[in-house]
Amino acid sequence: MTVGTTTGTSATGTTTGSAGAPSTIAQADQPRAGRHLLSIADLGAEGIDEVMKLTDSFVEVSSRSIPKVPALRGKTVVSLFFEDSTRTRLSFETAARRLSADVMTFSSSSSSLKKGESLRDTVQTIEAMGIDAVVVRHGGSGVPWQVSRWVHGPSVINAGDGWHEHPTQALLDCYTIRQQQRARGIKSVPTLQGLRIAIVGDVRHSRVARSDVIAFAALGAHVTLVAPPTLLPASLVGWPVDVSHDLESVLPKLDVVYLLRLQKERMIEALLPSLREYTATYGLTRQRADLLPEGALIMHPGPVNRGVEIAAEVADLPASVITNQVANGVAVRMAVLYLLLGSGVDLAAA
Amino acid sequence: MPLRNPSAVVIRGGTVIDSTGSRSADVLIQEGVIATVGSKITSVPAGTVVLEASGCVVAPGLVDLHAHLREPGREEAETVASGARAAALGGYTALVAMPNTEPTIDSAAVVGQVLDLGAESCCDVRVAGAITVGREGRLLAPMAEMASLGVKLFTDDGSGVQDARLMRRALEYASALGVTLAQHCEDASLAGGGHMHEGEWSSRLGIPGQPAEAEELMLMRDLALARLTGARVHFLHLSTAGSLAMIRGAKASGLAVTAEVAPHHFTLTDAEVASYDPVFKVNPPLRSDADVAAVKAALADGVVDAIATDHAPHTQEAKEAPFDEAPPGMLGLETALALALTELDVPVEKILALMCWQPAAIAGLTAEHGGPVAVGRPANLCVIDPAAKWVVDPTALASRSRNTPYAGRSLVGKVRHTVLRGEPVVVEGEAQR
Repeated sequence: MTVGTTTGTSATGTTTGSAGAPSTIAQADQPRAGRHLLSIADLGAEGIDEVMKLTDSFVEVSSRSIPKVPALRGKTVVSLFFEDSTRTRLSFETAARRLSADVMTFSSSSSSLKKGESLRDTVQTIEAMGIDAVVVRHGGSGVPWQVSRWVHGPSVINAGDGWHEHPTQALLDCYTIRQQQRARGIKSVPTLQGLRIAIVGDVRHSRVARSDVIAFAALGAHVTLVAPPTLLPASLVGWPVDVSHDLESVLPKLDVVYLLRLQKERMIEALLPSLREYTATYGLTRQRADLLPEGALIMHPGPVNRGVEIAAEVADLPASVITNQVANGVAVRMAVLYLLLGSGVDLAAA
Repeated sequence: MPLRNPSAVVIRGGTVIDSTGSRSADVLIQEGVIATVGSKITSVPAGTVVLEASGCVVAPGLVDLHAHLREPGREEAETVASGARAAALGGYTALVAMPNTEPTIDSAAVVGQVLDLGAESCCDVRVAGAITVGREGRLLAPMAEMASLGVKLFTDDGSGVQDARLMRRALEYASALGVTLAQHCEDASLAGGGHMHEGEWSSRLGIPGQPAEAEELMLMRDLALARLTGARVHFLHLSTAGSLAMIRGAKASGLAVTAEVAPHHFTLTDAEVASYDPVFKVNPPLRSDADVAAVKAALADGVVDAIATDHAPHTQEAKEAPFDEAPPGMLGLETALALALTELDVPVEKILALMCWQPAAIAGLTAEHGGPVAVGRPANLCVIDPAAKWVVDPTALASRSRNTPYAGRSLVGKVRHTVLRGEPVVVEGEAQR
């Protein structure tokens, strides 16, 4: 899926065409499916499409009475979380278990890092246990890239690095938009081509925004960033986006409004005067939500600050697909793990 | 060792280049002093060591204004001996060791310790003392006490003096001692803990950046303080187009200021950080293409006075941390000259001015270093093969650390011999001790 060679994956997609095993799975053995998933940019439009199609079949698996397939039996997936994120960690671990992989959990609070072990030593110690994939979450931008240089066998999956990227979040966001288009009868063939999407809030510190901008633009959507200048990156050179500081003028033209979580410490850094003023100018209040066109979606990566970036009642409107995003997270991560580690086992043989 | 302190050394067949010009000449050294400079010296004393220099430049040894030798305190990264060896291999016969050691070089005791460690090394090690106690920016360090041991430069190193009044007082106090204050320009509040240059790349990579203006603000303030106090100020590793424009203006208006730049600021840009390899983390950070072009232009037109290495060794472990946790700094002593020769479109005479006699003058070392290759002068010399091609191999460096950003880079120009007080400390590119 990205930089590096394809060594270490032995995906030989020998699927038989029964239910739950669409032909797309055979693409798992295409060379394009590289070893790691570090940036959403590495997938490109075609790669994202491939994950989307595969996700459809895993959504189906998840709806079964026993939502489990033996696709990754005998594989070991480690979640290496240096930053608290129960949601993302549980989503990855659930995805791995539903594929019958063995799961190990490493979190920094219980780790040797507290005993002074270096990041590299920690990574290499875990690799020595014989693992197939490591899912890395770290507060420092770029750590998954460093980890990918230090390991030789395992695939590295970026579960969020600093302010930089969160590729599986972008994948589940794209999937959720397409799924809703189908479910709501907005489009018979789901696509992001031509969609008008606004990402609202703290773009500067957001890994979700960086990955979403890349993914949405790659799939042909038109992205507008809506934020006070203090919450935008210092430079937007090369970003395929428009910028607005006026949420109300943007809302009536949108297909999707995507709200980012606002961290409370932003006031200390003189980026904002107060939460109250932020909510008054950039919050999705009930009144503002009414400016959205019929059928527009409201999204948020979670966890939601109700009453700050989004009014409590707006988060619960039918237009809000926030819980769908969470639900799709598991299926998308199953697709990613399968693409990177898949052994070609028939998904129908549950 | 046969080469240690030979009574006579002859450097044969080279082109001598110094601040007075260029000529083909052999150089005979006796008892550590240049005895003869002339074409085809044939009669030499028995036992004279011969250093072959045909096709090579024979120059006064290089002088580095800015090296972090890590001793005392961080000997796992570098020692005075290993740093001095790296310097000799890079063509340097003198260097100024920066004061960010543990303890800080902020007293005569620590100055004495580092000078003692340097006395037996293969480079003339001088030290810069701290302006404030512990480089904490609160109380003036005893500059007179350190100056009495020969300290000529004072700086709080990587922690630029933030308080304007304190900097003013330091400049006034220092002006009576005949010493120069040197500043790392970084307004800490505006830099805000940024780990790279703020711009297109930091925005894309999600790494907190520090704007060019954080450097330029303090430079602007210190130019005003130089005008107010009349004191000499040297500016360390300037890295932005705006900074160099200000130096140009300050010099035109007659201020007694000097400026250095580091090799990485004319050879690398912030795009390198896309690898997230902390070997590219340095402070001031790698800047934009436009800044690199401005640094090169300022070197070519003489606005900049010196190329200084900012040699900053760090252990592998320290550099294998996440980018935002890793310490800034990169090695420089063994690659600086070759980078200048390879990457700058200026004649070798000009490069030598920037790396030899101009920095020697700033450091107050002209009695021993950087002076003309002339009879009676101390024999501190280097012999450079300007055509030698080599590839940077981190494992082959003499430094204790490996944090060079140039691993695998092909360079043209290499130090062949270095002579310190008449002793060949580097012969055919090999350190002799």
